Amino acid sequence: MAAEQRTGRVIGVNGNMVSVEFSDRVIQNEVAYVHQGEHRLKSEVIRVRGKRAELQVFEDTYEVKCGDRVDFSGELLSVELGPGLLGQVFDGLQNPLQRLAQEHGFFLERGIYLNALNEKERWEFTPLVKKGDKVRSGVKIGFVPEKIFEHAIMVPFGLTGELEVLEIVSQGTYDLLTPLAKVRDNQGHIHIVTMKMVWPVKIPVQAYVKKLKPQKPLVTKIRIIDTLVPVAVGGTFCTPGPFGAGKTVLQHLLSRHAEVDIVVVAACGERAGEVVELLKTFPELVDPRTGKTLMDRTIIICNTSSMPVAARESSVYTAVTIAEYYRQMGLNILLLADSTSRWAQAMREMSGRLEEIPGDEAFPAYLETRIASFYERAGVVQLRDGTTGSITIGGTVSPAGGNFEEPVTQSTLKVVGAFHGLSRDRANARKYPAIDPLQSWSKYDSFIDKDKVRQGIMILKRGEEVSQMMKVVGEEGTSMEDFMDYLKGDFFDAVYLQQNAFDEVDEATMAKRQESVFDVLLKVINKEFSFSEKDEARKFFLNIRQKFINWNTLAFDSPPFQQARQDLEAYINSKQR
Amino acid sequence: MHKTYNEIIQIAGDVITVEAVDVGYGELAEVQTRAGMSLAQVIRLDGARVSLQVLEGSRGVSTNDKVRFLRHPMQVSFSENLLGRIFTGSGKPRDHGPALMDNLISISGPSVNPAKRIVPRNMIRTGVPMIDVFNSLVESQKLPIFSVAGEPYNPLLARIAMQAEVDLIILGGMGLKYDDYLFFRDTLEQHGSLSKSIFFIHTASDPTVECLLVPDMCLAVAEQFALQGKRVLVLLTDMTNFCDSLKEVAITMEQIPSNRGYPGDLYSQLAKRYEKAVDFDSAGSITVLAVTTMPGDDVTHPVPDNTGYITEGQFYLKGGRIEPFGSLSRLKQQVNGKTRDDHRAIMDRMIQLYAQYRETLEKRSMGFRMSAWDEKLLRYGQRFEKEMMDLSVNIPLEKALDLGWDILSEMFEPAEVGMKTVLVEKYWWKK
Repeated sequence: MAAEQRTGRVIGVNGNMVSVEFSDRVIQNEVAYVHQGEHRLKSEVIRVRGKRAELQVFEDTYEVKCGDRVDFSGELLSVELGPGLLGQVFDGLQNPLQRLAQEHGFFLERGIYLNALNEKERWEFTPLVKKGDKVRSGVKIGFVPEKIFEHAIMVPFGLTGELEVLEIVSQGTYDLLTPLAKVRDNQGHIHIVTMKMVWPVKIPVQAYVKKLKPQKPLVTKIRIIDTLVPVAVGGTFCTPGPFGAGKTVLQHLLSRHAEVDIVVVAACGERAGEVVELLKTFPELVDPRTGKTLMDRTIIICNTSSMPVAARESSVYTAVTIAEYYRQMGLNILLLADSTSRWAQAMREMSGRLEEIPGDEAFPAYLETRIASFYERAGVVQLRDGTTGSITIGGTVSPAGGNFEEPVTQSTLKVVGAFHGLSRDRANARKYPAIDPLQSWSKYDSFIDKDKVRQGIMILKRGEEVSQMMKVVGEEGTSMEDFMDYLKGDFFDAVYLQQNAFDEVDEATMAKRQESVFDVLLKVINKEFSFSEKDEARKFFLNIRQKFINWNTLAFDSPPFQQARQDLEAYINSKQR
Repeated sequence: MHKTYNEIIQIAGDVITVEAVDVGYGELAEVQTRAGMSLAQVIRLDGARVSLQVLEGSRGVSTNDKVRFLRHPMQVSFSENLLGRIFTGSGKPRDHGPALMDNLISISGPSVNPAKRIVPRNMIRTGVPMIDVFNSLVESQKLPIFSVAGEPYNPLLARIAMQAEVDLIILGGMGLKYDDYLFFRDTLEQHGSLSKSIFFIHTASDPTVECLLVPDMCLAVAEQFALQGKRVLVLLTDMTNFCDSLKEVAITMEQIPSNRGYPGDLYSQLAKRYEKAVDFDSAGSITVLAVTTMPGDDVTHPVPDNTGYITEGQFYLKGGRIEPFGSLSRLKQQVNGKTRDDHRAIMDRMIQLYAQYRETLEKRSMGFRMSAWDEKLLRYGQRFEKEMMDLSVNIPLEKALDLGWDILSEMFEPAEVGMKTVLVEKYWWKK
């Protein structure tokens, strides 16, 4: 069947959309190649009308002519899965950028595609099943060591029903294409299992028993997130914010500190410089939990803003599919997408070329369902061997004008479990992270006691109210009681919600420390102080703020840390009413 | 074999349509009109219908004018001969020099492989304290100057161009007033920089479509020089005009507008240009400084908004000064740690104090009583504005840092400024 070569002819070009007349048949979303001179430009069928198909081309369409030949491949847009993905940098179509640079120099010339995985590379395989075993899709038949993990070799995800292992190789080194096992399905068809597997990016991998409710908090080591607006393992969150509010910096810190096994970064339509920073710094940063470089547990998919737009649309799918593959091994993955707005804009550009009837701000009507189905690929799943794996998805949103009332932000808010809204005011005031504590929310529970968190939020709200009031009546017109609330709210914000990203200790706070520090903080918040003058009160709070911030920079549970805590508590008690 | 067609079936805006075969997307054509020859570029193919945008505008195009396809996309000549020359947006000489036809390169090259970029590391000194001290400009940075019409953005651009230590300056003018064009030319000439400069100028009276080519022309040339190891500074003024031209063409082509009439791909279009800023692994660099005028001083307008998401910060020019609060250089951390040990401390503290000064001003205007501290801040703020913020101040970074200490020492006690003791001992002005 695959032998027949289906072709077509270009009959129109509009930007990166090419119209093709075909004679036989086409498949929606199949990959096609447009022949331009000696180049073969990868594209995807996105609409069919009569004998005319519209293709989005993942490359520049310069010099494509009417009459140029188009080959249809019969395959949906897919990624290669197998050992060797970790530590790599791919573009949106899974071209390995480092190898591309070695082989083709400075530029991303069009029409050049490399295999994502090195098929010749040999891996030490240890079998886990034996002849006659019954298996299902996604079941591990063996593993190979990849960096710090046992990379499971699994029964292809697309096979259905119960399968019988007919043959399995013994322990040894094999390359990616060597048949490792033969399995037979219910219908008697025989399938070969190799280390490399191919999976279409737009179809979720579902080779697991069931999806579970995300409940366990994901420790991000960023205090404002972990305490006030937590994220659950397997949950979803979004980070909208105007430019310059620190979305990318926040994501970079999450990718470094969050307690997960693997981080997949989808740099989608953003600055190349930011990717370069990851590329150059991650290999030098040591992951405190494993002692290896951060790059060893990271995969970067980058389709920066100047790279072709259609590939930008596919890049988030590429990223999530790779994340799903590793989830099947029982690992916890954090997927960071920066920025989902650029992805949505890529859809808008295509929709415009297709002349579809536009929705809000010219975004297509299906924007919301696309966003929802992307975030729905997150989750904790129970695998066939009883273990669990998870994908947590965090996406940044870049709303036009920093106004959250726009379609992408609103569609995202409907489907995520936590909302970390960044505010320009906080960013301008150099408050890092610039997450607005009063506007943001989370549906997940923190590891800090609910009741304690509530007390913290209460004082923030009170403090904000008083601060608004003081703008009108001035400090003179504010009662001492109100003024105390204002100082306490401000204090909470300054010493706990803000973190110094340039301080080695303060940049990441582990869960135990957060619990311990938060208790001291609550003591201040709940204490009745006696001051005769407002200036005295202000001075007192400035002092404890300074002490607290210094305390934040001391290593947890070290002798200086304990000493500072005692000093701090003594100072607090000295002003007790 | 160049085919010629002489039946134009549609003229709408600056876009003409002919029926032709074997035409490539993005290909150039020559249109022979009564007024002379004009270039046109293919922007849509629909069966035999080929739509072209006419660079010199469609005014005077007759339905039986000849259209000849050239079988190649827009190109520009690249060689040392470009230095000191001035061209139009479509690459024709504007300075009575000879037309250049050798070594033609396409102006829409592929993007750089991120794996071949390096993390920027060199500061570009400008002599403007608000830039050098507070928001250092870094080689390979892409940075817009946000301002409203009427602000002295072009003089600022010219000044940075003259003082920056770069090998080459490329100026792209879009919708530039003729006076401003002459201003740039004369200023660089007086300073002796014209011989290391290349101009691509589209003035306000030139055809709209040519405006669209200016950034590509500049950046394609810049890229070639950068690959030869040159450090290139590209100045673009004014990118808002570029965006307005995009809007004009998009609407002519009946594209669905997304935001205030701008096309949905405005972000990608801008990014495609700005992302040419690069520091090559083992070659030269391109730094891009671009003026973006904000209609109505509105930073949420689609042009500055999309720009801000792409660029690595922005200089916000307001009231003839670079505003410390709206301005940001995202790359300054890469360089300001290795200039002088007090650089970051001065940068942080002076701005924080200046922010407090602004708050005090607000308080004063609402009639609140001024404390002794407020009075101090007011004096500080005035000196800061006069000696640091004023655009006429032109001093090297080290002098600016010394000046910072001078101002702080005169106005405050060391404890009030709250800097590290080591720095105070080293730099505080002893009375």
